Amino acid sequence: MKIRAAARVSLAAIAIVSAARSLAGSGESPAREPDRQAIVHFLSRTTYGPRPVDVARVQRIGLARYIDEQLHPERIDDTAIEGRLAGFETSALTSREIAEQYARPALEARRERQRLAKPRGEETTPAGPGDEVRRANQPLVELSEQKILRAAYSERQLQEVLVDFWFNHFNVDARKGPDRFLLTAYERDAIRPHVLGSFRELLGATAKSPAMLFYLDNWMSAADPAGARQSGARRGLNENYGRELMELHTLGVDGGYTQRDVTEVARAFTGWTVQQPRRGGPFRFDPRAHDRGAKIVLGHRIAAGGGIEDGERVLDILAAQPATARFIAGKLARRFVSDAPPPALVDRVAARFTSTHGDLRAVMREILAAPELLAPSGYRAKVKTPFEFVVSAVRALDADVTRAAPLVRAVQQLGMPLYQCQPPTGYHDTADAWVNAGALVERMNLALALASGRVPGVAFAPERWTIDAALFGEASPATRETIARAPTKVQQIALALGSPEFQRR
Amino acid sequence: MQSRRVFLRNGAFALVSVGFAPSFLARTALAAGASRARRLIAIFQRGAVDGLSLVVPFGEAAYYQARPGIAIAPPGGTGGSALDLDGFFGLHPRLGPLHALWRSGRLAIVHACGSPDSTRSHFDAQDYMETATPGVKSTGDGWLNRCLRVRREEPPAPLRAVALTPEMPRALQGPAPALAMRGIAQFGLRGGAKLGGSFEAEYAEAADRTLGRTGRDAFDALRQLASAGPARYRPAPGVEYPRSPFGQALAQIAQLAKADVGMEIAFAEIGGWDTHVNQGSGEGQLAARLDDFGRAVGALIADLGDRMDETVVLTMSEFGRAVSENGNGGTDHGHGNAMLVVGGGARGGRVYGRWPGLAREQRFEGRDLAVTTDFRDVFAEIVVSHLGVADPAPIFPGFEVRRERFPGLFAPDSQPA
Repeated sequence: MKIRAAARVSLAAIAIVSAARSLAGSGESPAREPDRQAIVHFLSRTTYGPRPVDVARVQRIGLARYIDEQLHPERIDDTAIEGRLAGFETSALTSREIAEQYARPALEARRERQRLAKPRGEETTPAGPGDEVRRANQPLVELSEQKILRAAYSERQLQEVLVDFWFNHFNVDARKGPDRFLLTAYERDAIRPHVLGSFRELLGATAKSPAMLFYLDNWMSAADPAGARQSGARRGLNENYGRELMELHTLGVDGGYTQRDVTEVARAFTGWTVQQPRRGGPFRFDPRAHDRGAKIVLGHRIAAGGGIEDGERVLDILAAQPATARFIAGKLARRFVSDAPPPALVDRVAARFTSTHGDLRAVMREILAAPELLAPSGYRAKVKTPFEFVVSAVRALDADVTRAAPLVRAVQQLGMPLYQCQPPTGYHDTADAWVNAGALVERMNLALALASGRVPGVAFAPERWTIDAALFGEASPATRETIARAPTKVQQIALALGSPEFQRR
Repeated sequence: MQSRRVFLRNGAFALVSVGFAPSFLARTALAAGASRARRLIAIFQRGAVDGLSLVVPFGEAAYYQARPGIAIAPPGGTGGSALDLDGFFGLHPRLGPLHALWRSGRLAIVHACGSPDSTRSHFDAQDYMETATPGVKSTGDGWLNRCLRVRREEPPAPLRAVALTPEMPRALQGPAPALAMRGIAQFGLRGGAKLGGSFEAEYAEAADRTLGRTGRDAFDALRQLASAGPARYRPAPGVEYPRSPFGQALAQIAQLAKADVGMEIAFAEIGGWDTHVNQGSGEGQLAARLDDFGRAVGALIADLGDRMDETVVLTMSEFGRAVSENGNGGTDHGHGNAMLVVGGGARGGRVYGRWPGLAREQRFEGRDLAVTTDFRDVFAEIVVSHLGVADPAPIFPGFEVRRERFPGLFAPDSQPA
C-alpha cells in the first residue's frame, strides 16, 4: 500500500487528537494527524462511502473534531435529509395508525374476495395485487426507501451506520405476520434513539417492542399449567425469545449459559405480551400469563411473587455480564475494524463497555480512536454488504436519488432484501456471506445500469465524475489500466463501480 | 496465472458474452467426468400443501367424517375421485402424471412425515425444514449448503448448486458457493462482450484473492450457462412442461442437468398452498395447483430419462393441514404431511412410514395428522444412500442420524457407485 502524501504534522493537530484520545481514556497520544489515505479509510468504515468533499473536510477540521461531531449527531445540521423524507406518509405514524389505515383495507378486501370465490370450478387463484395490497405494503416500502436515502444523504453518517448495525443485531423480519407494519415504529422508537445511548435501554426498548415480541413469539408465551401436560392448549412456555436474548442479543453463543438458564429466562418473560398485535397494539404485561415462581438466572436468584420486574431484572443481569461486554465489543469491532478484530482491541472496547455500564457513545469513541482502525493493513479489508455497495455507489457518483424504490429492488436482487432477513441472527457482516459468483455478476450489472443512467430515479453528471471519487487512488494497476482503456465514460464508471476494489471498504 | 493472462489477452474476451461460447466448453465439462455426479433436486411447496388431498387416505372413515365438503372421493367413482395406489391411499385425481410414475414403480411416498416441532407458523416451519434444525432459529446455514460442504470437491463446479428462485433459498444459504437465478436467460452480464472482457480482466489480475477467485468462478459460470444453450433447449420428445413459473423452473433444471455442467443440487419452489378458504376437492383451487405441480414434476422426470438413475427428486412442504375442514370450505394449519421421492434407485410403488390414523384420539393435539417420520430421517437417508455421504452428522446438527430409523426408501445394501 502506497502512502501518498506525507502527513502534515502540526502542533494544533496533535493537541486536538490528544484531547480526543484522553477523552477516550486510552492515554496514548498518536504521533501525527492521519494522512489522506487514512482519512479515506476511516470514512469508508464509519460512513456509507467517502465522497471527495468529505475527505477534504476532514483534512481541514481534523479527524478528532470529525469524530466528536459524529458522536453527537443531534448537533449536526441535517435539514437536507428532512426534505428528501418529507413525502413519506407512514414514517411518523404509530403502529396502530398504520394497522388501521394501511393493513386493514387489504385484510378486508381479501376476506371479501374469498367470500365471493366460487367453491368449485375455480381454477386460478384470485386476482393479483390490487390497490389495497399496494397500500398494505406501503409502510415497508417507505421504510426501505428512507433507509436508502438516509444512508446516502444524511450528514449523521455514523448514526445511520449504527442504526443499521443495531437493527441487524436485534433483527426482526418483516415477513412474519404483522411485523410487516410494525417495523416503522420499531426502528424509529426502539432502535434509533438509543444507538449512542445506554445499551440497557436499547435492550429494554427491543424487549418491549411489539415487533420483537411477535417475531420471537414471546407475546404468546405463558406459564405452563403446573404439572399437567397441556392438551391441545395453544399457550404455554415459549423459549424462543429467552434463547435468542442470550445467544444473539447479549451473551453470545459461547456466553456460558445453559438450557436451564434459557427456560428460567423464558419464565421470567411470561406475560410480556402485545395487546392485539395484528391491530398494532402496544406492549402489555399480562399478570395472568406470568409465571410467579422463583427463578435462577446465571446464578442470580429472582424471588417468587414477582411480575413485570422479573423480566427487567433479567435484562439488568444480562446487560451487566462480562460476556455481554465482550460479545458486543467483538461484534462492533468486526463491523468497524476487521472480520477478525485484534483481541487487544476487543478487550479494550469490552472494558470500556463494562466501566461505563454500556454507554454506547463511550464504546464507540474507544473504537473510533483506536490505532487498529487506522492500520494500513486494514485498508479495504472489509467486503461491502449489498446495501453498503449500492449506497456507496450512489455516493461515489454524487447522484441525486428522486425515487429510492429501484435501489431498494437492487439491494434485494443482490441478495439482501431490506428488513427481510429471516433468521434472528441478522445479516452476516463478514466477507464469506457476500462473496459469491451470482451476486458478483449482479453487482457488475448494477454498476453498468447506474453508470449508463438506466436505474430510474437516480441521476448524476457523468462528465463531472472522476475515478478518484470511487477509488481514491487505491486501484490496482490492472484495474486502473482497464478503466483507462475503456472507450466511454459510461464504461469507465461501470468498471470502477464493478471493480474488485470497489466491493470493499 | 501466467497462462491465464495469455489466454485472456489472446482475444478470448468474446467468451464472456452469453450465447457465443464455443462448444468445446461443453465437451470439456463432459470430459471432466462431471456428468455422472449424483444429484438431488429439492422442491419446496411453500404455504403448507394439504397432504390429505395430495395423498388421500381413502381407506379411513374418519377422513370422510372430518371433511364432508372437501374430501376426495374414493377411487372408482366419476371424474373427481382418487387415483388408487394400494387400496388404502390414493393420489389426487389431478396428479395423473405422478400416478403413472407410481404404476411403473418409481414414485415413493413418505406419509405422516414432518417436524418434531409443533409450530404452525409458515415462517418458522419453513425455516426449520430448510435448516433441518427444528426448534432452532439461529442456525446460520441451510442443510443443502451443508451437503455441499460435506461433499467437497476440488475444484468445485461453478454450477454445482443452483436455485431457480429469485433469492437464495434458506436451504442453500451458507459458505459453500451456490447460484440463485430467476432463469438462465436472465442470468448474464449485460453490456456486451468487450465490457465483460474488461470486468474479467479486473478480476483475473486482482491481488484480492477472495474476490479474484469468485470473479473467475462467476465468469466460468457464465460460460457454462452459455454452453448449456438457453435459447436452444428442447425437452425430450413428447415432454411438455406447464408454462407456469414452476414448470419453467423445472425445465431449466432439466436443461442444466442434461448439459452436464456438474450440477449436484438444484432447488425450485411452488407456492399457493395455503388453502384456508374454498380449497375445493377434485376440482377447485387446490386441484389447479396440484395439476401444475404434477404435470411439471412428471415432465421433469420424463425429460431427464435415464439421468434419473443418478438423480433424486424430493418434494417437501413445511407442515400439513388440519384433518377437519374449517367453516370456510378450507383447511387450517396442521402438522404431518407427505413427501414424494423419485429416482436414484429409490424403491417406488410404496407408501413409507407408519400411518397413525385419523380418529380424533390418534391425531396430534386432537386435530392434526400426527408425525411418525421425522423429516430429517428422509433427508438423511437420501444424503447417505443416494448422495453417498459417509458421515452425515455435520449436515444434521443436534440430530443423531441412525440407519434403523430411515424410512427404507433405498435397498439396505444400496451404495452409490
